[in-house]
Amino acid sequence: MKKTEFLNIRKKIEQKNHGMIDKVTNLDQAVNLINNGDTIALGGCLYSRTPIAMIREIIKKKLTDLTIIRNLVSLEGDWLLASNCLKKIITSWYSIGVTWGVSKVMRDYMENKKAIYEEWSHLGLNLRLKAAAMGVPFLPTFSMLGSDLLKNLSIKNFDCPYTGLEMCAVPAIFPDVAIIHAHRADQYGNVQIDGPPFIDSDVAYSATKVIVTVEEIISNEKIRMTPDRTVIPFFCVDAVVEVPFGSFPHECYGLYESDYEHFDEYTKMLKETNLKGLGKYLDKYIYNPDTFNDFLNIFSVKKIINRIQSGKEICNA
Amino acid sequence: MPNKNKYNTAELVAVLSSRTLENNKVVFVGAGLPLISAALAQRTHAPNLRILFEGGIISPEILIGGLPLSTNESRAAYKAVMLPSPTDLFSLQQRGYIDYGFLGGAQIDKFGNLNTSFIGDSENPKVRLPGSGGGNDIITSCTKTIIATHHEKRRFVEKVDFITSPGYLNGNKDRENSGLIFGKIYKVITHLAIFEFDEKSKLMKLAAIHPGVEVNDVIENTGFKPIIPKNVARTKAPTDKELKILRELDPDQRYTSER
Repeated sequence: MKKTEFLNIRKKIEQKNHGMIDKVTNLDQAVNLINNGDTIALGGCLYSRTPIAMIREIIKKKLTDLTIIRNLVSLEGDWLLASNCLKKIITSWYSIGVTWGVSKVMRDYMENKKAIYEEWSHLGLNLRLKAAAMGVPFLPTFSMLGSDLLKNLSIKNFDCPYTGLEMCAVPAIFPDVAIIHAHRADQYGNVQIDGPPFIDSDVAYSATKVIVTVEEIISNEKIRMTPDRTVIPFFCVDAVVEVPFGSFPHECYGLYESDYEHFDEYTKMLKETNLKGLGKYLDKYIYNPDTFNDFLNIFSVKKIINRIQSGKEICNA
Repeated sequence: MPNKNKYNTAELVAVLSSRTLENNKVVFVGAGLPLISAALAQRTHAPNLRILFEGGIISPEILIGGLPLSTNESRAAYKAVMLPSPTDLFSLQQRGYIDYGFLGGAQIDKFGNLNTSFIGDSENPKVRLPGSGGGNDIITSCTKTIIATHHEKRRFVEKVDFITSPGYLNGNKDRENSGLIFGKIYKVITHLAIFEFDEKSKLMKLAAIHPGVEVNDVIENTGFKPIIPKNVARTKAPTDKELKILRELDPDQRYTSER
């Protein structure tokens, strides 16, 4: 990144409206903050707090040439690739989850060069976002030294000016848009998360625009009762959308657990149809259901209640 | 070959891995076999062994019969003492607090380098694998890395197709000369044997073979020539107690089914 580009990115933040104003909107409107070719960082991790509702909107709007950044990519990567929304995924790991084997969709797209998988170590990628979140152009780490990951990436090594030790200078990455799914926020975008925070703060701080979907919009007074739970402040956020179950069939800590059976059925379908069943699957879950509630309707009430009970049980320690 | 009547190969690897973990230490584990091994160690000789998960989870309790399917989910965070961001967790590792790391890999070579990225050339791979995740960070910065895996010729190769997670690179002082100044590759534990690494050359060295296994079995299933000392120790078979606990932890054998 050149100095002028770095300064321009900072300028965009300076020029944002930093007021504590009402940012509540809906999915249809929020998706308009995203443009073809944008770089989008996703909050959560693997199948936890994935912003599924917003991702469905991106696919339905047929956005293209997007780059996705996420620490670990799961089912949402398959959805976005198979809908031809992506040119690149920047991550450290990609498949549904260890127990579901290597993603067949990822293999198809990467081995046939229909998209790029830019691989970093988990810490390496997180530090790219941390550097951006801190407003500095790079951060040092020992991770990735000596590995072949370095050869495939444009990382510069340097000698520490104090100790002389060799280190990796991991470059900041500034996403155009961050999309986060959280437990709650007020109308101004003060965002609270329960359970593992993952790197959502850095995802939000690093991006130029921030879209947050939440299980529940609460009052500003309530936010002020537990400010220690707030992980993103209002001035970072551009849009707040209330979407209950907005991460389903992925999980949201304390509220619902992932629909593992969906992962089982999905991977079985891909295997049995040798990927040919993907079109039908996308029609069923993405293109046909108009609203997110229509999407949730495909899963039975019995299933959703079961996932809520299980999600509560494991968090009531 | 191991005695398959009393235990299967995955159970054997889990039990022997658990025995290498000491009490009052902190271990960074992945989902699956590493987790089972650490949970078993906690229930046998190392009640004060503490587990860390990549999702940013410190010292959770393992739900009997309800093992998490990944290390980044609510189930993995059950009764944890702290849920820092993964960036903070990896930072604590770089700081020197993590005693053991526990990894597997699609390929491992004679210097303990691991590949979880590509089979074949990385430009035109035969298989694109999931990637590093925290593997590269763990082997770089934890104090002792243990590699636990099934023992197959196609997995134990002369040279990995791609170094995702660096072991001793090309041997001798290559690891530290590449700036990797922390940690060592402690042991490689398979269903046939336990390996360590030669102090000087950093070549994989046979340390022990399992009950019913002969040195020739190891040689035949290894795609390179490890150092074979004159006298090779023999490990003790899993005990009834160890197997009982293991099967309580994983009643459906999700992680410990025969490979």
